Amino acid sequence: MSLKIVVCLKYVPDATGDRHFADDLTVDRDDVDGLLSELDEYAVEQALQIAENADDAEVTVLTVGPEDAKDALRKALSMGADKAVHVEDDDLHGTDAIGTSLVLAKAIEKAGFDLVVSGMASTDGTMGVVPALVAERLGVPQVTLLSEVSVEDGRVRGRRDGDAASQQLQASLPALVSVTDQSGEARYPSFKGIMAAKKKPVESWDLSDLDIEAEEVGLEGAFTKVEAANERPARTAGSIVKDEGEGGKQLAEFLASQKFI
Amino acid sequence: MAEVLIYVDHVDGAVRKPTLELLTLARRIGEPVAVALGNGAAYTADTLAEYGAVKVLTHDASEYAEYLVVPRVDALQAAHEAVSPAAVLVPSSAEGKEIAARLALRIGSGIITDAVDLEAGDEGPVATQSVFAASFTTKSRVSKGIPVITIKPNSAAVEAAPAAGVVEALSVTFSDQVTGTKITGRTPRESTGRPELTEAAIVVSGGRGVNGAENFSIIEALADQLGAAVGASRAAVDVGWYPHTNQVGQTGKSVSPQLYIANGISGAIQHRAGMQTSKTIVAVNKDAEAPIFELVDYGVVGDLFDVVPQLTEEIKARKK
Ligand SMILES: Cc1cc2nc3c(=O)[nH]c(=O)nc-3n(C[C@H](O)[C@H](O)[C@H](O)COP(=O)(O)OP(=O)(O)OC[C@H]3O[C@@H](n4cnc5c(N)ncnc54)[C@H](O)[C@@H]3O)c2cc1C
Ligand SMILES: Nc1ncnc2c1ncn2[C@@H]1O[C@H](COP(=O)(O)O)[C@@H](O)[C@H]1O
Repeated sequence: MSLKIVVCLKYVPDATGDRHFADDLTVDRDDVDGLLSELDEYAVEQALQIAENADDAEVTVLTVGPEDAKDALRKALSMGADKAVHVEDDDLHGTDAIGTSLVLAKAIEKAGFDLVVSGMASTDGTMGVVPALVAERLGVPQVTLLSEVSVEDGRVRGRRDGDAASQQLQASLPALVSVTDQSGEARYPSFKGIMAAKKKPVESWDLSDLDIEAEEVGLEGAFTKVEAANERPARTAGSIVKDEGEGGKQLAEFLASQKFI
Repeated sequence: MAEVLIYVDHVDGAVRKPTLELLTLARRIGEPVAVALGNGAAYTADTLAEYGAVKVLTHDASEYAEYLVVPRVDALQAAHEAVSPAAVLVPSSAEGKEIAARLALRIGSGIITDAVDLEAGDEGPVATQSVFAASFTTKSRVSKGIPVITIKPNSAAVEAAPAAGVVEALSVTFSDQVTGTKITGRTPRESTGRPELTEAAIVVSGGRGVNGAENFSIIEALADQLGAAVGASRAAVDVGWYPHTNQVGQTGKSVSPQLYIANGISGAIQHRAGMQTSKTIVAVNKDAEAPIFELVDYGVVGDLFDVVPQLTEEIKARKK
């Protein structure tokens, strides 16, 4: 019996670049170099490991994003995923988390799945809600924020490290999991992997392929509105001293002057 | 006056500080009605009343301990139906955000996460968020449905504002989805006796420069003199010097204390994402070029093995 895995990947502006907003207050995705969100590499890694431990499995990577988002899919294919789906449509510009979860859920259903694997959060929006939203829409168990995950006998098991406790979780397939950056280093694409990826299929779907109306997504369909975005004023330069043997005492003096001690 | 629904984060009836902060913010937009679920729910009422809850809806069932997230979404949805609030506020923990998101989807609303401030506005509450590793501040609002907003710890002062706090039993019918994800085991975190990282007024952190698990005792000694929580960079966590629960940054905790002291931390963008909004920032680093110095109110260029123990001793001496 084959195990169908769909991995949700986001293409994001590079966090070490100069990220900013476009005039319509959406995240500027044109002027800043993008890449596969580092946190979604962990999702690809765990999906590949689960597939390797299954008798027969197929890993499809899925992204919703602009033309350049294909780069994210290409990277995941070169890591070892089997095929890719790119949902792209001009009407998607400005879609919020609720809308993104709709598009992902429809695309996942169309692709067919036993297991959906996501990252813990995107590195641009950092909401960490899309996996829960997709699970709600698909009506499957959400087994999220796992730092350890395994699939056996039609069941997914994992460990979720929370604030107050570490929980062991279990659910039957079909299910959705999200994995954290504690789940294990992601592999680097090999030269062979990069060459093989060039021949792997990448399907492109638009909104009509998913029976979604333009009004349901995009800035128009968004459930939230950004009214202002302002660059945080640079912190005023502080005093910096070189330790000449009294650095700790000088620091204590500063803390006392600020009433911390 | 419009009612504002608040999801209560509590441990066996002990209300956690971020929930009290939510009560302060909720009072700006309406009358707070709190929802407390699970073991000890009824014991939260006195505290919640003291800080402004006009009503406390409680419900306990074994499902809350046995299954992940969905029982809480079902209950919050039931409370939403019972109260018809003007907004729903949830503390921004990982679980809080998941609960809030699923609720928003069910009630046809938008969701805003990780707000650091909230004000009343002509078209509904306006949330302030810190984005792109806190390099931008945005103002947003939910434009469709009842606003569902999650709020970060340390976003408002806790203020006593005694209110009725009438306790009412919430009636909850669990959905078919409720048993989907079973919690088969639970290992509580051991308490260190130090303040909770996200709630602490002072955080003392160590990074790769601390150079070994055993050396973290230097960081802890300083933290204990200041009554502070201990944080760590991902570099220090990844090599196993300090537990992941103490990681500060994009994939760890985001903190916003009155004072943040970074020791042997370079100040990478992902670390800054979790501490940049601290009120006062201090760093000790032997590299004068380390980017962390761009953020500091006070910095010492020096070896942390000299500076930190001297600082700890000096604080001890000044206390006498
Ligand atoms: C997707 C993603 C998510 C991430 N999430 C996080 C996160 O949540 N939190 C986080 O912290 N990082 C995170 N990182 C990692 C981040 O990019 C940095 O690698 C990390 O913060 C570096 O930690 P550090 O400053 O301790 O180490 P380094 O960058 O190696 O800096 C160590 C510093 O210590 C100084 N030093 C050394 N010895 C001494 C001494 N004796 N006395 C004084 N100073 C000394 C050095 O001068 C140096 O500046 C993430 C990265 C990615 C890609
Ligand atoms: N546009 C997208 N395309 C594909 N997957 C996404 C997209 N946005 C979010 N995700 C997935 O949802 C996770 C959490 O995203 P977020 O809720 O935005 O922080 C990411 O790690 C991805 O796995």
